[in-house]
Amino acid sequence: MSELSIQGLCKRFAQHRVIDQLDLHLTAGSTLALLGPSGSGKTTLLRMLCGFEHCDAGSISIGGTIVSSPGIHLPPERRRIGYVPQEGALFPHLKVADNIVFGLPRSLRKQRHRVAELLEMVGLPADYADRAPQHLSGGQQQRVALARALAAEPAVVLLDEPFSALDSGLRNDTRQAVMQALQAAGATAVLVTHDQSEALSCGEQVAVLWQGRLLQQDSPANLYRHPRTPELAGFLGESILLAGVATAGRVECVLGGFPMADSKLQGAVEVLIRPEQIRLGPPAPDTVQATVIGMEYFGHDATLHLQLRQGQHIIKARTSGWHAYQHGQTVALAVDGPLTVFAQQGPGRSTAETPDNARFLLSQS
Amino acid sequence: MAFYSLKTGRARYRQGWLFAAALAVCLVLASPLLVIVWQAAQSDPADFIDTLWRPLVASLALNTALIVASTTLLCGVLGLVSAWFSERTRLPWQGLWPLLSVAPMAVPTFISSYAWVSLSDDLQGFPAALLVLVSAYSPLVFLPVSAALRGLDPALEETARTLGLGPWRCFFRLILPQLRPALLGGMLLVALSTLSEFGAFVLLRFRTFTTEIFAEYRAGFDSHGAAQLSIALLLAAALLIGLEWRVRRQASSYERRARGTRRAPPRLELGAGKWLVVAGFLLLSCVTLLLPLSTLGYWLTQHGDAAVSPVEVSAQLLFDASFSSIELGLEGAALTVLLALPLGYLLARRPGRVAAFMERVAFLVQGVPGIVIALGLVTVSIRVIPGLYQSQFLLLLAYAILFLPLAMVSVRSALLQAESRLEELARSLGLKGWQTWLRVLLPMAAPGLGAAASLVFLSIVTELTATLLLSPIGTETLATQIWADTSAMAFAAAAPYALILTVLSMVSTWLLMLLLGGNAINRLAADGTTVAGETAHV
Ligand SMILES: Nc1ncnc2c1ncn2[C@@H]1O[C@H](COP(=O)(O)OP(=O)(O)OP(=O)(O)O)[C@@H](O)[C@H]1O
Ligand SMILES: [Mg+2]
Repeated sequence: MSELSIQGLCKRFAQHRVIDQLDLHLTAGSTLALLGPSGSGKTTLLRMLCGFEHCDAGSISIGGTIVSSPGIHLPPERRRIGYVPQEGALFPHLKVADNIVFGLPRSLRKQRHRVAELLEMVGLPADYADRAPQHLSGGQQQRVALARALAAEPAVVLLDEPFSALDSGLRNDTRQAVMQALQAAGATAVLVTHDQSEALSCGEQVAVLWQGRLLQQDSPANLYRHPRTPELAGFLGESILLAGVATAGRVECVLGGFPMADSKLQGAVEVLIRPEQIRLGPPAPDTVQATVIGMEYFGHDATLHLQLRQGQHIIKARTSGWHAYQHGQTVALAVDGPLTVFAQQGPGRSTAETPDNARFLLSQS
Repeated sequence: MAFYSLKTGRARYRQGWLFAAALAVCLVLASPLLVIVWQAAQSDPADFIDTLWRPLVASLALNTALIVASTTLLCGVLGLVSAWFSERTRLPWQGLWPLLSVAPMAVPTFISSYAWVSLSDDLQGFPAALLVLVSAYSPLVFLPVSAALRGLDPALEETARTLGLGPWRCFFRLILPQLRPALLGGMLLVALSTLSEFGAFVLLRFRTFTTEIFAEYRAGFDSHGAAQLSIALLLAAALLIGLEWRVRRQASSYERRARGTRRAPPRLELGAGKWLVVAGFLLLSCVTLLLPLSTLGYWLTQHGDAAVSPVEVSAQLLFDASFSSIELGLEGAALTVLLALPLGYLLARRPGRVAAFMERVAFLVQGVPGIVIALGLVTVSIRVIPGLYQSQFLLLLAYAILFLPLAMVSVRSALLQAESRLEELARSLGLKGWQTWLRVLLPMAAPGLGAAASLVFLSIVTELTATLLLSPIGTETLATQIWADTSAMAFAAAAPYALILTVLSMVSTWLLMLLLGGNAINRLAADGTTVAGETAHV
């Protein structure tokens, strides 16, 4: 397993910049989820890593060796990359076992080298070895494709939206099996997805790609808690943005005063609050109070629409689905700090209800 | 459940008619074959062995095997290579090469044979036959293989590359195995067509089973020896048909399930090498198209006495031959499509075991050499229905049997395109059954039926074997005239007939493409059988 390093990578199709000055570093043996809206260039980046596309500028190195740069282009077959394309793409004329050993030398192919071990690793019974790929379900095909990619002990494993063609139940099972197999193999892996919950649950690291640029790379928790921009915050999950004033490590907003995560900012700021940071309690004096004006109920949890007594703001709060709240009921709000704040980005942005940033991001791409 | 078996008496009655009609068509289709087999079963086995155990038969068998094997192999290589270059490499004038590779199929083999043999006396026998057949039949490999190449998922190749395979090993370990069904299927069609070939062999003086069957039949109206040779030929054909079925089954198991949108397969950059490939394509087209057609052009400008036998063209004869070719073509096309309707409807709307069986009968008949079918019909007309012998209807019937499988494929796909939902909708709007046929089904299926008819027309005007054997005395068609004049070495006299025939063939091909719409070549290729029949019986 090798480290992967990308520096200043650029790719243009005609006049259209698809990958723009991209830097990315992944340590050996770790898993990165590459998240981005449709058309952001995820597939293009993977295809450049594989060597199917040439790069215009910058470099890609695997295990310290440069494989792509404007002067150098190592052909795909010499990069030691395990590639799992969307929908698996198993070779239709070969049995499962022959698919798995496809990339090995002839002698190892004859003895079906490690087939049983790899099948077990991806969570399939050993007797699947003799099946035809046409007789496997989508999720099973995906797992065989991963086993095939792992068989040659690649330096890096790349998976392009491996679960997007599967329905939700199969998706979870396949995802778990795939993540376990990657861990067992100790693989350096990049997994592409456009689903933010999948990205946050899969990678040790998550990188967000947007219009060919890398917006941020961090651990899932850090990324979710401390996104670099308000738009990114909205893309990663539901967010509430409120106007606030920062002084000496604390920020004041309509919900009260809280410690800040980034204490360097001063003056007018935007405050990010996630709906699940808000705790509800019985109304008491000296608390921020709000009225329940709407509710989306999901069973395991529920999202309440609350109108603040002061300032007429409408905000959302996530509560456990177990507690019943009534329309028109008054509740007290408390917030789990510390809070992430952003420098004010010009006068046009209002502080009230969060615009649907995810949609905003998507419509940009 | 009782609920499902609730069918009105009328519906069942109508279905009964449909099955009866389809069955009758199948019986007509199979009749020549049944008669031949029945005749063989009657004859004394010792006598049978005596007829076949002759040095002549051995040399015929050797010749036949030699030409079938070498044509098939060469067509396989040529079709594969040209399909790969035209689909997978970046070439100048990219759209031209597939057209040039397919076009030779539109030139009937007896016309190209005439062209070659009139060039020089040396162009005879095995090498010339090989040249003519490879030119005419390599599209049978080119079409399915290039369709298969286009259908390959590029993700498979990319995956193989990341697994450590270079481009060459990728071709041999991944692409070639996936092309196997298309390649083998195409090669088997070539083999079947070569086995049935007749006109080219006679004109190029290459003796095979088909030419000998014809000669023995003509020599003494002794259908006995001819029938026994036919049985041998039939056995060889049966072997090939069996192989073809196996390949077909295998092909269906290779089809992948649900696939998303795919990117276009990559084309290889050849650098300066691309000019070499272009030169290759051009050279090939010179041999397969330019030379035969320009020879034809040359003879058109010559007077009759320039040829070995000086014969002048008679305008009256030219007109008569053209007229009867067109007349037979039109009548035959109408009869064939009419007979194909019940079978096609059954296959499209009531698929099941009965329909599948009838489809098999049709494909079996399609593989049988035309001369065998023609001889079978002669026997039928002499022994079973005497009034039929030497009648024009018998000839039309022969055409219908030869080309019905071809028409059936088009009719079925035309009916499949006219969805049955719409038919049901029309019924719900109050139309009666026959009104639905007339106002919904036929208009929607019309282009497909037209395509079927023009395909049959094309096949009939270029048909030689059955026409020679079965045409009523005094009826000459373009094909028989060319054959007669070329056999007599009156090359200049044959030229106008060949010209008219080529023009007719091109017009109906053009009509066919028009009716099939847009990407006609691809659609033809998708249904290898459609293409197969076109040349299988020439
Ligand atoms: N071969 C190509 N030629 C021209 N443009 C291309 C090509 N491949 C990709 N693009 C463009 O590059 C952009 C990024 O495409 P890419 O396939 O990388 O997106 P993606 O992030 O994988 O999207 P999705 O989630 O929909 O798969 C798109 O705008 C696309 O139109
Ligand atoms: Mg993509």
